[in-house]
Amino acid sequence: MDHLDRLEAQSIYILREAYKHFGKLGMLWSVGKDSTVMLWLAKKAFFGHCPFPFIHVDTTYKIPEMIEFRDRMAKEHNMDLIVEINREALEQGMGPEQGRLICCKALKTEGLHRVVKNYGFEGLILGIRRDEEGSRSKERVFSERNAESEWDYTDQPPELWDQFKTDFKKGNHIRVHPILHWNEIDIWEYIKRENIPLVDLYFAKDGKRYRSLGCAPCTNPIESTATCIDDIIEELKNTKESERSGRAQDQEASHAMQKLRKEGYM
Amino acid sequence: MEEMRESVNIVVVGHVDHGKSTLIGRILYDTNTLSEGAIEKVKKLSAEKGKSFEYAYLLDAFEEEQQQGITIDTTQLQFATQKRDYVIIDAPGHKEFLKNMISGAANAEVAFLMVDASEGIQEQSRRHGYILSLLGIEKVYVVINKMDLVAYSEERYEQIQQDFNEFLYNLNIFPIRYIPISAFLGENVVEKSDKMPWYKYDSILETMDSITKEEGVKNMPLRFPIQDVYKFDHRRIIAGRIESGSIHVGDEILISPTNKVTKVKSIEYWAEKDKGDMATAGMSVGITVEDEFFNKRGEIISLKKDAPITGNLFNANIFWMGKSDLVKNKSYKLKLGTQEVECEIFSINRVIDASTLETLDDSSAVHKSDVAEVTIKTKQMIGFDEFKNIRNTGRFVIVDELNVSGGGIISGIDSSLQNRELTTKSTNLAPRKRLVSRKDREQKYQQTGKVIWISGLPGCGKNEIAVKVEKKLFDLGKKVYYLDSANIRFGLSSDLTFTEADAHEQTRRLAEVASLFADSGMITIVTSVSKFKQDREYARHIIGEQKYIEIFVEATEEVCRKRNPKGVFEDSDAHLFYEKAEYPVVTLYIDEAEFNSDKKAEAILSLIQEK
Repeated sequence: MDHLDRLEAQSIYILREAYKHFGKLGMLWSVGKDSTVMLWLAKKAFFGHCPFPFIHVDTTYKIPEMIEFRDRMAKEHNMDLIVEINREALEQGMGPEQGRLICCKALKTEGLHRVVKNYGFEGLILGIRRDEEGSRSKERVFSERNAESEWDYTDQPPELWDQFKTDFKKGNHIRVHPILHWNEIDIWEYIKRENIPLVDLYFAKDGKRYRSLGCAPCTNPIESTATCIDDIIEELKNTKESERSGRAQDQEASHAMQKLRKEGYM
Repeated sequence: MEEMRESVNIVVVGHVDHGKSTLIGRILYDTNTLSEGAIEKVKKLSAEKGKSFEYAYLLDAFEEEQQQGITIDTTQLQFATQKRDYVIIDAPGHKEFLKNMISGAANAEVAFLMVDASEGIQEQSRRHGYILSLLGIEKVYVVINKMDLVAYSEERYEQIQQDFNEFLYNLNIFPIRYIPISAFLGENVVEKSDKMPWYKYDSILETMDSITKEEGVKNMPLRFPIQDVYKFDHRRIIAGRIESGSIHVGDEILISPTNKVTKVKSIEYWAEKDKGDMATAGMSVGITVEDEFFNKRGEIISLKKDAPITGNLFNANIFWMGKSDLVKNKSYKLKLGTQEVECEIFSINRVIDASTLETLDDSSAVHKSDVAEVTIKTKQMIGFDEFKNIRNTGRFVIVDELNVSGGGIISGIDSSLQNRELTTKSTNLAPRKRLVSRKDREQKYQQTGKVIWISGLPGCGKNEIAVKVEKKLFDLGKKVYYLDSANIRFGLSSDLTFTEADAHEQTRRLAEVASLFADSGMITIVTSVSKFKQDREYARHIIGEQKYIEIFVEATEEVCRKRNPKGVFEDSDAHLFYEKAEYPVVTLYIDEAEFNSDKKAEAILSLIQEK
């Protein structure tokens, strides 16, 4: 087994644990590279089937190509897709001009919380990785959220020998993180090896490309000439920039992510 | 094809404030691993708090951690040297956060145990050492940090090494090296420091690159715990991860604990590139089988030979992290591999303060942060292994109410019910609760029951030595009994002849009897030709390595023939052939027929006194 085989096998094990333990399970699909890798892992784990719905929390501010790609993939792969839009907040004029963190909280955190409540999810699969940012580096693979979707990161349960947190109070839910142990280059190498379809935004056009995808007003492309996966891997091996440097909400305040995620952000 | 990337997981543990996060931060910084953003952030945070660059902030990402200057939770970071990739795991040093330390350390193959040179060995240094031994982490380096505070003193280094070795050796931890460093100043971190010319070995980073990775578990017996059974389409797929060994299409497999036998029909896949007819340890796979009977999660697939133990009672060494104590007469959930069963604590045999190794007087409960030896009884039969044989199926966690509260490794099955197929295969065989334990006997008799297994060819002199050993021990006031293989032949084994098969059976019976004697607290001396190593391995297995001392009396052929001229070979076929053991045993050489048996007996006596 090589490095990618090991990562893949561990992720599949986690996905199967989640499927076994949670009656009501869904996978968050942001349309980005990481959650699309997860879609692939799910297909492998369940031998071509996806035995749970996919959830897209749509802020309506997403880059248009993302939505096109989303709808195309959903059709091709026969995905059971839940699109959640927090219409109430939007009707009251919510947008990044209200403050980025306020907007993230209303359209993403709150949107996600509503899905959990409305559908009664016990388990939510998310494609976060430890190497993305500090508060994620401290995550567990199975991470409990209370009835308000809040995360008590100061008292996380022990997690050892792949024995995960599967017992929890009714009304709470578990965030499952199958690719927590992958890094950005692993993701790209795997996409290349498995030939996983991706939205074009990741590849350079006119000297720019998106390294991380999000809402149009708060996501900036980086300077890049990488037009194929090999170029991207090469670029990442030599960069000193962090992956999420183009994501404005991360830079709003120190510990911005920790605060967002404590309240239930992905 | 690009070359295979190798990755090693290293955890850094030790007492609070001994510099764990600082060391890791320093390594990441010095190896150019960090993004500019991460460095800028820490610079800003350090400046806000009026500090110089605080390496620990690179890992202590939570605001609370930075404010209080402590690590609360474990984290994992990746970096690479020229040679390979590393996952480096930071673990908190506060006793309060032991569960987080364990969550981190459980993922590691190698541990760096940090000790502050000026403060010396502290409570968590020792407790973490104990936890490493329970997690089965054998590659341990002790890092003596803050050498700058003790003027890079070699004497201080030696002192700590001596003190700590005394403690760690008791846990069967043998540190590969003690590395003196200053994490904050970067001395001996990446490059060798010129401040400590007396230290001749590698820096931290050089040491990391010198670690050899353990061979995989591919060549061990197959263990494939069933994770789930899928019926999404026409296929009925048994899914799971292979924990050890390998599996092939056509293999005849045994499913424990139900003991059903079938054959592997296919290995399933989704992507065409994953198609194959075999799978090995570490892979998450799915198989179909020829006989489609009911299977469920928790069952373990193995090959017919080398099946796991099945039983409902076993001994374990555990660590407890629960908010409430671990007690008897309470129902818990045990999770072992993919098995989840109700269990209770049958007995608490010993509770140990992990920071002193002292046995606590009160063994009615196990408190948070303590370790203990317990006997666990599960409601149903389960499949498992001893941890020392196969790790992934030899360890478990205990869930109290909703929380994982303890973890443990299986040390064996109850001493009066040793690990052997006949008894463990019989369903639901629970021993009667005894009022006298082995420990009670040991205390009363002031000795540990053991078996001195003296083997060697007929005529080598083993009986002559054995009678002397028995007499000497008896005169010392010990409870001792000599079991002569030849005598057993007149009674228990009167049905056996001298064929090879019977020779195996004779040794088996001898081992079983000796095992019972040892369990009763006796020092038991056995003499037996037992020239086949598999027989002695069996004896060692059922008696238990701790209690089994093998001695090989090696005499030249000439001596044997001279001493045993009639060629009456007790249980052999007159061929002078002896298969040596593959583990270390004590050998006594006899080079003349008229040897001094007293001297040889004395040698055995001094040997067992050390044990």
